Amino acid sequence: MWVCTQGQWYIRQMCAGVLGLEASQLRVTPSEIGGGFGGKTTIFMEPLALALSRKAGGRPVKLVMSRSEVLRATGPTASASMDVTLGMKSDGTLTAARAEFRMQGGAFPGAPVDMALFCCFAPYHIPAIHHLGYDVLANRPKCAAYRAPGSPMGAFAVESLIDEMARELGLDPLAVRRTNAVREGMKASYGPTFARIGLEEVLDAVSAHPNLQVPLGPNQGRGIATGYWFNHGGETSVSMAIGEDGTVQVSVGTPDIGGSRASIGLMVAETLGIPYEDVRVNVVETGALGVNEPTHGSRATFASGKAAVVATGQAIREMCRRAAAAWDIDPEAVTWRDGAAHPAGENAGRFEPMTIAEIGASMGKTGGPISGHHEATPDGVGASFGTHVVDVEVDPETGRTTVLRYLVVQDAGRAIHPSYVEGQYQGGAAQGIGWALNEEYVYGEDGRLQNPIFLDYRVPVASDLPMIDTVIVEVPNPGHPYGVRGVGETGITPPLPAIANAIHAATGKRIRHLPITPAKIIKAISG
Amino acid sequence: MRYHSPLTFEAASRVAAGASGVTRFLAGGTDVLVQLRAGSVTPDDLIDLKRIPGVGSITREGDGGWTIGAAVSGAALGATPGLVSDWPGVVEGMGLVGSTQVQGRATLAGNLCNGSPAADGVPGLVAAGATATVVGPEGRRRMAIADIPAGPGRTALQPGEVIAAIHLPARGAQGGDAYERFIPRTEMDIAVVGCAVNLRLDGDTIVEARVALGAVAPTVLLVEACAQAIVGTRLDEAALDALAGAARAAAKPISDKRGTAEFRTHVAGVLARRVAVTAYTRAKGSRAQGHRAKGAAQ
Repeated sequence: MWVCTQGQWYIRQMCAGVLGLEASQLRVTPSEIGGGFGGKTTIFMEPLALALSRKAGGRPVKLVMSRSEVLRATGPTASASMDVTLGMKSDGTLTAARAEFRMQGGAFPGAPVDMALFCCFAPYHIPAIHHLGYDVLANRPKCAAYRAPGSPMGAFAVESLIDEMARELGLDPLAVRRTNAVREGMKASYGPTFARIGLEEVLDAVSAHPNLQVPLGPNQGRGIATGYWFNHGGETSVSMAIGEDGTVQVSVGTPDIGGSRASIGLMVAETLGIPYEDVRVNVVETGALGVNEPTHGSRATFASGKAAVVATGQAIREMCRRAAAAWDIDPEAVTWRDGAAHPAGENAGRFEPMTIAEIGASMGKTGGPISGHHEATPDGVGASFGTHVVDVEVDPETGRTTVLRYLVVQDAGRAIHPSYVEGQYQGGAAQGIGWALNEEYVYGEDGRLQNPIFLDYRVPVASDLPMIDTVIVEVPNPGHPYGVRGVGETGITPPLPAIANAIHAATGKRIRHLPITPAKIIKAISG
Repeated sequence: MRYHSPLTFEAASRVAAGASGVTRFLAGGTDVLVQLRAGSVTPDDLIDLKRIPGVGSITREGDGGWTIGAAVSGAALGATPGLVSDWPGVVEGMGLVGSTQVQGRATLAGNLCNGSPAADGVPGLVAAGATATVVGPEGRRRMAIADIPAGPGRTALQPGEVIAAIHLPARGAQGGDAYERFIPRTEMDIAVVGCAVNLRLDGDTIVEARVALGAVAPTVLLVEACAQAIVGTRLDEAALDALAGAARAAAKPISDKRGTAEFRTHVAGVLARRVAVTAYTRAKGSRAQGHRAKGAAQ
C-alpha cells in the first residue's frame, strides 16, 4: 500500500487489525507528504482500498479523499472549554493554580485533555497546582491529533489570565513570566523534574528584540504569550550503510514533514566528517526496518537523528577496524576524523589516512558491507519553550484584525538546519493566527458541517500575514548528541493567547471565545 | 453532454431554446467548469460563447459609454486604462473576484449570471446604471443590470436568453464611483457585505447618486434612501450618518457561515460611508485632473 501518512507502521497495524491480516502480509510505503500536522497519524479510508483490491483479485485500487471529505471526515482537534484560577502576589509571583478543562472529541475517548493540562502551567514554577480534566463524549465527529494536541487551548486559558492579572496589577506581562519561569532542576507542573531547559534564555531574547520598542498607534495593541511542548522519543529503528564510492545512505522510518531528512543528513555528515551532499536520507517502507512510531510529538529529528548518529558510530568503528587490518595495527590505534581513518598517533605507525571512499571501494574484499543500525525508544527528550509577541490593529468600525508584526522566539536546543527550524516557527505561528482569528467548523441546525471547503474554512492567505520574525534560541539538549530538542509543535502553542492579549490591548475588550472574529469584536465593543 | 460553439449569439440562443435538459453557457468557466468538475452541475448542453466575434472586446462608444463583451476577463478590464479611469468602481469590484489566475478567465457577465447575492462584480454595475444586451428567441433587448438578479442562483433571463454584452453609460463630468467589500481576510474570500457608490457633483455638492449593496439580501439592492441621504449634500458628517443609517435600514441579511445578520447590517453602514467618501474623492479628482484619475482596481 502506498499512502500519504506520518506513520507507515501505524497504517500497517491498523489496517491489519481492521482486515484481520498478519502484519507481515502488508507492506506500507509512505508517499512524499505535503504536511502532517497530526492528522496523518491514523487511518481513514485506507483499509477500504485494501478490501476493494482484495475483492478485485489483487488489482490496484486508488482512493482519494476530496478536500471536502477531508474536512468532514478526518477530524478536527477537540473542542475545549476551560476554567482557570491563579493566585498571584502583587509583585507577580504565582502562588497557586487550578485548571478545570473539558475537551470533546466525538463519541470515543481520546480528546487531549491530559496533554492540555500538562502543558498549560509548564512554563511556571507554582508551588500548588490542581489539574482536573474531563474527556467529554458526544455525538460529534471524532477528533484527531492536531499539532501539539491540547497545548494551544490550555495556553489560551492560562496565558490570557496571566495577561489579565498582570495588567490589573500594573505589571509588565513579560516581567511576570520572567519572575515565574521554570529552569533546570525545578519540578514541572505535571510531575517530572526539568533537565536543562531554555525558557529564561527565550524570555531574555524577547526582551532584547527591537519589535518590543516599536511604538504603537491608535487601535493597535501588543500581546505576549508563552507556550510549551514536551517533545517525544518513541519507538525508533534506523539503518545506514556505506556505499562502494564512500557515499552514505540512511534509512529512517519517520516521514519527513518539515526538514527531518536534511537535518538527519547534516548530523550523519558531521559525524562522518564528509560533505552533506554525500549523504542521502530515505524514508523507507515497513518491510525495510523495525517498527517506527509516526513522525509525531516533534520527534523525527530528535529520535531518528539520535539513532542515525549511533548507527553511524558503529560504521565508523567498523571502518577503523578495516583500516587497522590493512595497516596491521590494533583497531584501538585508529581514529576517525574528516571522513577518513587515521593512525591515532606517532606510536601507531606512519600511514596515509584511509578515506571513506577508499574503504567503501575495497569493503567487498576486506570483510563485506559496512553499515550501522540502531533501534531504541530513546530517552533524553528535551522540552521546548517559546514566547510570541504580536502587534495587531483592530478596525473599530468593522472589528477586523490586522496582524502588523509577529515575533517567534523559541528554544530549538541546537538548530541543525536553521532555515527549516525558522520554517517550523513561522508555520506554527501562521497556523495559530488562523485558529485565533478566523478558522472554525460551522455546523448547521441539521448537524452538518457548513464550510467543508477552503473558501469558507478561512485559513490565512499569504497576504493576511506579515513576515513572521524569528529568533532561534539555542540551549542544547544534553540528551541528544547534537543538542536537538524538536521544534515542530511548540510554535502553535502561544499564538491563541498572544493574539487575544493583543486584541485586548488594542480594544480594551477581553474575548474569551475563539475564533476572535470581526463580529465578536464589534459585539464586544458596542456591548 | 453536448458541446456547442456557435458563431453568433442568435445561434447560441437557438441551441439553448431548443434544449430540454440542463443548459449552461460557457464564457470564462470559473463557475461552470468548477461545478462541472465537482459534479454539482452536469449540463446536457454546454454552449461555448468564446468563438463569437467581438465577445472578448472592450469598446468605447461614440457617446463615451463602454461596451464589454460577454467573455471579457477581469484582468482585461483592469488593463484598459480608459475604462479604469471612467469606472474605477466597476473595475475594482470585478478585480476582487478570485485569484490572479481566476482573473484571467472570470467575466462580468458570468459573475452576474451566476446569481450570487455576494457577487463582487455586480453592485458596481448596478450603481453605474449599466445595462445588458440580451439575445433570445424573441430577438435582442436591453435590460437594466439591476433587473437581472432574481435570487440566489437565479436570474430574470428567460429560457434561451443569453447576455451578449454589458454597457456602461458615458462617465460625464465630475462623476466618481467606488466599490468595497468586507471580508475577514485580505483576499480569496466571498463578500460578507459589498457596497458600490456612484455619484456626480456640481461643484462640491452631490447632484446624483446611486448606492448598491451586495450580500445583504437575496439580490443586490439599489437603495434609493441611501442616494437621497447624500444628494444635495457635500458629504458632510450628517450626510454620512444618514447614509449609514439608510444602508442599515435597507439591509435584510441572513445569518450564515460567513457572517451574522447583525454584523452584516452594521458593516453595511460602515462600508456605505467609506465607499461614498472614495467615490466623492474620485469625483472631485476627476474634475481636477480631467479624467485622469487612477482607479485602485487590480
